[in-house]
Amino acid sequence: MSETTWETVIGLEVHAELATRTKLFSGALNHFGSEPNTNVDPVSLGLPGSLPVLNRTAVELAIRVGLALHCEIRPSVFARKNYFYPDMPKDFQISQYDQPIDLGGWLELPEGKRIGITRAHLEEDTGKNTHVGGSGRIGGADYSLIDYNRAGVPLLEIVSEPDLRSADEARAYVEELRAILVAIGASDGKMEEGSLRVDCNVSVRRPGEPFGTRCEIKNVNSLRSLGRAVDYETRRQIDLIEAGEKIRQETRHWDENAGRTTAGRSKENSEDYRYFPEPDLVPVVPDPAWIEEIRAALPRLPAERRHDLAMAAGLASTDTPVIVAVDRGADAMALEAIAAGADAVRVLTHIEHNLAVEGADALGGSTLAALVAMETSGALTATQAKTVLAELVTLAASGVQGDPAAVAAAKGFEAMDTGALDAAVDAVIAANAEEWERFKAGDPKERGKLTGFFVGQVMKSTKGQADGKAVTAVLLSRAG
Amino acid sequence: MSATAVDIAADVRAGRRSALDVVEVALAAIAARDGELNAFNTVTADQARAAAAGIDARVVAGEDVGPLAGVPVALKDNLCTRGVPTTCSSKILAGWKPPYDATVVGRLLAAGAIMVGKTNLDEFAMGSSTENSAFGPTRNPHDPTKVPGGSSGGSAAAVAAGFVPLSLGSDTGGSIRQPAALCGVVGLKPTYGRVSRYGLVAFASSLDQIGPFAATVADAAACYDAIAGWDAFDSTSIPEPLEPTSAALGRGVQGLRVGVVSEMTSDAMGIAPDVLARVREAADALAAAGATVTEVSIPACVYGLSAYYLIAPAEASSNLARFDGVRFGLRVDAPTTAEMQRATRTAGFGPEVKRRIMLGTYALSAGYYDAYYGKAQRVRRLILEDFERAYGEVDVLLSPTSPTTAFPLGAKTTDPLTMYLNDVCTIPSNLAGHPALSVPFGTGSDGLPVGVQLMGPALSEALLFQVGAVLEASRS
Repeated sequence: MSETTWETVIGLEVHAELATRTKLFSGALNHFGSEPNTNVDPVSLGLPGSLPVLNRTAVELAIRVGLALHCEIRPSVFARKNYFYPDMPKDFQISQYDQPIDLGGWLELPEGKRIGITRAHLEEDTGKNTHVGGSGRIGGADYSLIDYNRAGVPLLEIVSEPDLRSADEARAYVEELRAILVAIGASDGKMEEGSLRVDCNVSVRRPGEPFGTRCEIKNVNSLRSLGRAVDYETRRQIDLIEAGEKIRQETRHWDENAGRTTAGRSKENSEDYRYFPEPDLVPVVPDPAWIEEIRAALPRLPAERRHDLAMAAGLASTDTPVIVAVDRGADAMALEAIAAGADAVRVLTHIEHNLAVEGADALGGSTLAALVAMETSGALTATQAKTVLAELVTLAASGVQGDPAAVAAAKGFEAMDTGALDAAVDAVIAANAEEWERFKAGDPKERGKLTGFFVGQVMKSTKGQADGKAVTAVLLSRAG
Repeated sequence: MSATAVDIAADVRAGRRSALDVVEVALAAIAARDGELNAFNTVTADQARAAAAGIDARVVAGEDVGPLAGVPVALKDNLCTRGVPTTCSSKILAGWKPPYDATVVGRLLAAGAIMVGKTNLDEFAMGSSTENSAFGPTRNPHDPTKVPGGSSGGSAAAVAAGFVPLSLGSDTGGSIRQPAALCGVVGLKPTYGRVSRYGLVAFASSLDQIGPFAATVADAAACYDAIAGWDAFDSTSIPEPLEPTSAALGRGVQGLRVGVVSEMTSDAMGIAPDVLARVREAADALAAAGATVTEVSIPACVYGLSAYYLIAPAEASSNLARFDGVRFGLRVDAPTTAEMQRATRTAGFGPEVKRRIMLGTYALSAGYYDAYYGKAQRVRRLILEDFERAYGEVDVLLSPTSPTTAFPLGAKTTDPLTMYLNDVCTIPSNLAGHPALSVPFGTGSDGLPVGVQLMGPALSEALLFQVGAVLEASRS
């Protein structure tokens, strides 16, 4: 038996912290990285007598996300989810339960597959516990510290249908969702700061059969973890089934260091949250005119930008670098540069990596085209081009369209002629005879490592003027 | 204190009497008799004197010091007061001083009123006798062997004893009106959403309302005018602008249609004969003043008590979860967090609070929600529909406030169901979200006060005061 006869089925629940100035139900700041317990007020501490008041901007952002994911925007109701936990100030969480704001949409992966969106709903975040001493886990620590800065931060929980079939698809889904959230200004999408958190539901089945029993994996904090966790969990479930055992429906915890998931709560022991409508809030019924206003103000989404740029560049949209950044006007510049004859892939690479900065749109398309032309002709290496481009953006910001050739000359960048490059490579080979013998021996792994070494040495001796690709070519020709 | 709030404010504003003098009289009255009555959990004497001196200085400076200038007020101890202990008469809030004022507190102070203290209540407003208190029971000023009613018994007794002309209570199922009736004072439960709940420690969020106690209808109206109106901090607050209700007081009842609620005057509801007799006399007094009096049926109101004892405990079980020893109040240490929370709640809550938390937790449990909480909400809708139908026929409804006059301390503490029946006439207004006013109307065969209840549609407070003033005048 092998994995090829099994199919992995994945559904994701993504919690996105919304980029509001204040919290979901109070005026305390929604800000990451402040001193503990400074972004708090009676509401976010759940003090007796305090009452929630809904943040209108959070609703607007939830609507934006709903529209970007092709959802129906519906009248929604907040409920209380009751359970005791010290980082939850009221010992209940205010969350939309059976009447979410965004219902039934889809997201298209870059390669074209549509993933269903079940729903997206608003809820408040909890505080953060730090368990100190002992085991470092609740229950085994010497004491615990609680920071309520995050308590009450607005979250949008975006739930996908179980339409994903591999770790790669799961990662692509989260990447694309993050690109959308950032593009529409709904979230900063920083997984490392917890702005985007992913719970994944994984099950396995034989293709064509009904869904298997699923496990929900928590504590997946990066795209890398997501891929690893899905792969681990798939293997674990297949092994169990092939050994004649049954999958228990349960919550599992991803342990990044150990590279495995461990069992948490099972379905039978799941808590009864005693949901009921939150009596301190009224139903959210957005005015249809407001929804249309929000729709009209939506920026172009990443998929659309990708498509437009690819069409203009004469590429398939899957060939363009993924563009996650907000379009700050650089798209128009790119199209102008391409129209002026610049190499499309190089232009798009600059847009993605070197021009996703404030003020980059002041640069003229013809200036960019001139720079790319120097790169294409070999007059500038990719690294040099990046340096020149940064200088050109600075100049453009002060109202000057610089001349790429002049900037390159001022920085001492000039293309080396073939003779000078050959001489530089030969000098480095001569100075590192032992390494050269090993390079010539031809073990692919060793050769890969040593290529980096030799290119680095040549760069050093030529003060960065050599082109890395050209150096590699000389090395290979010298090795025979 | 014999002077009314309206008179005191007029004198203080005109510089005829100092606010400090008014406050000293109130503090002296409290010192003289509250040892016996136990209406107050905390007396804020120094703070009150300082506030009074401030008012007096502003009068001298020619400033407008507000419509309640210099009026001493007592606040139920479930209203948050910045820097002043707010206990809800529970051990679990021992030592807690809120960092903020409830909206109503801010509004009273802005109107020139002076807080003299925080009053006793049934723990977390759960009870009808002010006996469920960590600070001992409050006694009825008319007969200290009797209860003052509850849960706002301390606020009712403080006005009835003449300590203060005005106080605030909260009413979830009758907690203002029933003690007002038993103590012989005026008490209003406003329309749900008319007075901000921000800073009221919640019992049952969809039913709680803050309202005034006063010796006269005019004082209750003046207090209501000061505290009512939209508040950005309460999402259930009603945005409609507020017309001063004091203006309606002299309009009489000529041509008004008054309906006596037949279900609340039938023997089945267990209303005492002497209380029923006063209700009939009140109806006669209104008829004599020119109103048309008829009998009106609110059929669903007989299910009110049952619905209430599902909805209120359900919401309470959630509202009271936050008292867990983590952030404020009592903490009983234990080896783990869960054990600490259990130990804290076991030691901190009294038996009635625990009973209701358990009832409510059960009512919301998976598999029971529809049968209990869901069904109770449907009953609530039926009661509202019955009221709305009745208000198509009449302008206001009349009923007893409480089935009996004040009962002896300890008489009903062993049987919660008997205690719950005190609220049978008051609960329907909370379920409907409508305003209701209790007005003193004579005494029972025991010589203790009887109150009659006037109910009206949403936002009809001015009308209730208007009719209440006629009843009040008919007795004097």
